[in-house]
Amino acid sequence: MQLFKNTNYDFLGKKWPFIIASLVLTAAGFASIIVRGGIKYGIDFKGGALMTVKFADTPPLEKIRSVIPGASVQNFTDPQTKNEVEIGIELQEERELNLSRQKMETALATTFGQPNSGKLDFNNASQQALIERLRDPLARNGVASSEPQLQKLAADLLNFRNTPPRSGLITDFGQLSSVPGVNAGILNTLKQECYLSPYTVIKTEMVGPKVGAELRNKAVLATLYALAGMLAYIAFRFEWIYGLGAVIAVFHDTLITIGLFSIFNEAIDMTVIAALLTLVGYSMNDTIVIFDRIRENLKITRREPLEAVMNKAVNQTLSRTIMTSGLTFLTIIALFLFGGPVLHPFSFALVCGVIVGTYSSVFIASPIVLFWHNYTDKRKRPRAALLASAQARPETAARKSPSRAVK
Amino acid sequence: MKKNLTARTVVIVVTILLSVFLIIDIPKSGADVVKNLQNNIRLGLDLKGGTHLVMQVQVQDAVKADAEQTADRLKEDLKKQNIAWNSMDVNEVSRVEDADKVSLSIKGVPATQSSAFRSLVAERYPSYVLTAQNSTDYTAQLKASELLDLKSDTVKRAVDTIGNRIDQLGLAEKSVQPYGGGSTYQILIQLPGVDDPARAKELIGTAAVLEICDVKDGPYSSRDAALAQHGGVLPLGTRLVRAKPRGTSEGEQWYLVSKSPVISGREMRNARPGQDDMRKWETSFNLSPDGGKRFGKYTEANIGNKLAVVLDGQAVSVATIQSKIEDSGRITGLGSEEESVDLSRYLRSGSLPARVTPNEERSIGPSLGNDSIHEGIVAGVAGLVAVVVVMLVYYKRSGVNAVLALVLNTIILLAAVSWFHAVLTLPGIAGIILTIGMAVDSNVLIFERIREELRSGKSVVAAVDTGFNKAWWTIVDTHVTTVVSCAFLFLFGEGPVRGFAVTLVIGLIANVFTAVFVSRTIFDYELSGSRQLQELSI
Repeated sequence: MQLFKNTNYDFLGKKWPFIIASLVLTAAGFASIIVRGGIKYGIDFKGGALMTVKFADTPPLEKIRSVIPGASVQNFTDPQTKNEVEIGIELQEERELNLSRQKMETALATTFGQPNSGKLDFNNASQQALIERLRDPLARNGVASSEPQLQKLAADLLNFRNTPPRSGLITDFGQLSSVPGVNAGILNTLKQECYLSPYTVIKTEMVGPKVGAELRNKAVLATLYALAGMLAYIAFRFEWIYGLGAVIAVFHDTLITIGLFSIFNEAIDMTVIAALLTLVGYSMNDTIVIFDRIRENLKITRREPLEAVMNKAVNQTLSRTIMTSGLTFLTIIALFLFGGPVLHPFSFALVCGVIVGTYSSVFIASPIVLFWHNYTDKRKRPRAALLASAQARPETAARKSPSRAVK
Repeated sequence: MKKNLTARTVVIVVTILLSVFLIIDIPKSGADVVKNLQNNIRLGLDLKGGTHLVMQVQVQDAVKADAEQTADRLKEDLKKQNIAWNSMDVNEVSRVEDADKVSLSIKGVPATQSSAFRSLVAERYPSYVLTAQNSTDYTAQLKASELLDLKSDTVKRAVDTIGNRIDQLGLAEKSVQPYGGGSTYQILIQLPGVDDPARAKELIGTAAVLEICDVKDGPYSSRDAALAQHGGVLPLGTRLVRAKPRGTSEGEQWYLVSKSPVISGREMRNARPGQDDMRKWETSFNLSPDGGKRFGKYTEANIGNKLAVVLDGQAVSVATIQSKIEDSGRITGLGSEEESVDLSRYLRSGSLPARVTPNEERSIGPSLGNDSIHEGIVAGVAGLVAVVVVMLVYYKRSGVNAVLALVLNTIILLAAVSWFHAVLTLPGIAGIILTIGMAVDSNVLIFERIREELRSGKSVVAAVDTGFNKAWWTIVDTHVTTVVSCAFLFLFGEGPVRGFAVTLVIGLIANVFTAVFVSRTIFDYELSGSRQLQELSI
């Protein structure tokens, strides 16, 4: 089947609604940023301590807030991570890094664990700790185990605990009976020596504020340099105005995406920057394909006005654009829906980016080139007309017309 | 034409085999496949769980230590030459940026002896620059080039020492390296699979500075008792250190030791636990030649006195000097094998030339890693399936070409990841998924162009030819620009983001190969069969 064969939509004629829509979106983004008091940075750029804790049941947010004063406690709305909580503390100085983590761990242990029972918290134990704890009691209970056997047992137990669907939390010791090598004696020892707290810490991140600021600057620089690099390449392959048009379009994509992040209250961290740079590359892709076609068409046609040539190029590449954008969008939606919470901001950025990036190639980049050439043509028209009429051969006229000369 | 086709097919088949080999070696069984896969494709911290630490080396500590040692030696030299002075001090600096401000101030040198003083300093301490404050007071600072050397040397030694310590954790794939560029003096430590970051940090960072100090007085049962003995004020040039509590012994022990050490960790070369003739535990150690000389002089003059091995402000061992010790000696009288082993470990892992403090710490529990892998694979497969279905439906049999090219692309990408020993992170998986999306783009470009040429009436062979040729430059342009943005991402990003950039670039290069070369070969294969192929299923 073939969609979009030989279409002839007047894309560039309808540019204004899209340009206005872009301006509105950009303004909305800015407004949101101002209203929310700045861009919401993730821990990578802001610095701070962030602990992700998974609970067996609905996490008691208020209780957590009361035992860790000054922390921001957030629940994830993703169905897969329903019972996960993100506890964040802002840090003023590098020195507070260690203290904050201890503070949070102790607060959680005292509130939700059984620190005074003398038992080991199985859900938060490391392999070494488990081995040390179980070694003697196992021997006492008549379960003979050599050191390698102990290592394997501990590894198997923890592996079982960590794989989905348990994903770090055991709610009942009985669940462990399916681990290879576990018998009644071992289970009993476990029940004697360990308890099961209703939570487990799955991730901690601590970034000193100085480091955070450095990363932020590096990220901004990276984006600017990347844009400059691309502008140079395109200016080299086409004309400088094409380079400028492409870069402005991409810039616009980035701004709108950042604005959307603010509107939907998503945080920007290093992986989001990766997504933005990908989006830059992708949007460039799109723009270059159209520019390429325009260049090809300009070589063939003689006196058609630039707008018509551009329209033709866009129509010719339309089916390719829809297919590619569609398929890329499909893969990104797969990431967005199934990729999990860690990739969530990343895939969100790409979802926005693909949509904006596609229409910006047609409705922002090309019009910029068009505006510029119309403007310069108006100033050169009297002279060009003179030149054209003086020449006998039409090809020479087309070739000599400077505003259209492309390598 | 036919010969060309065979050659090209051979190239493609060889590439496939090589790639598969790189990913799973030559498996002997089903389980072997999984094992080899895990060995060859290294997972990043965010997929495997582990700890990532960025530590700040407080280089100003090392600069200050150097100044203090210089002060001590200078005092001796001045005494020998009968040059008088009133006081000598090194200023306190607390921040890394202030390392350049460390200076030794010497006050009260008589104006008459100033030239003798200056020539002494110039001759014996050429790395220092002496500035006169007035006729009797001077400040000495390390020369700028020496300062830079000292700072970067400090980071290097810290990297080595921490590397040694982590070795003792028995991890397979750890990495310790300088980080962030020369002037930041940071170290990156990555400990995959470590599920107890607190213990790792303890081993790495807390035991910071090792010194062997002269014991002036002790032991006292408490800090106050020690002060009381000295009339409430510590004598000049001394400090109080507490003995490290051993086992279940109750009470504290405090010692009065000299402020500046006889030997610092920089001179410590090696240490081993052992037993003496009477099966008592001891630790033997080696010093550098320079340190050995100094230690020899000190021990010769102090037989019968005590010295203390001070680690991070705690006295881990106090021993009586039995005889002159030059560059190898023994610390005897240790209580148990464990003590001897621990002490040698402390001595051997050298000591950090300066404190290290954490700037950044990320610990990913192994369960999150598992979840992430799971989710990443599900997303990847879902995306791939969706793309394959659409390609087949829309482009019919030519869609198969595209799908084959795509699959080959992914395999080559994984093989490259394995060969470069690159680390696969979660953003890396996202990069693979994105590569699939972009690979599709190249194929779509070519196919749409072929369709267009067919519509304009060209023959099948000519259409395929023109399609590939026209699309080639566009593919080059688009790939170069994305590679440019990846290059910047690589330069400025860190860790997982770099993994993303690397997988994307490899994917793009592989894509140029598969979308153009491989796809073309498959088309040519189709076309070479029947001379007059009228229709192309596209």
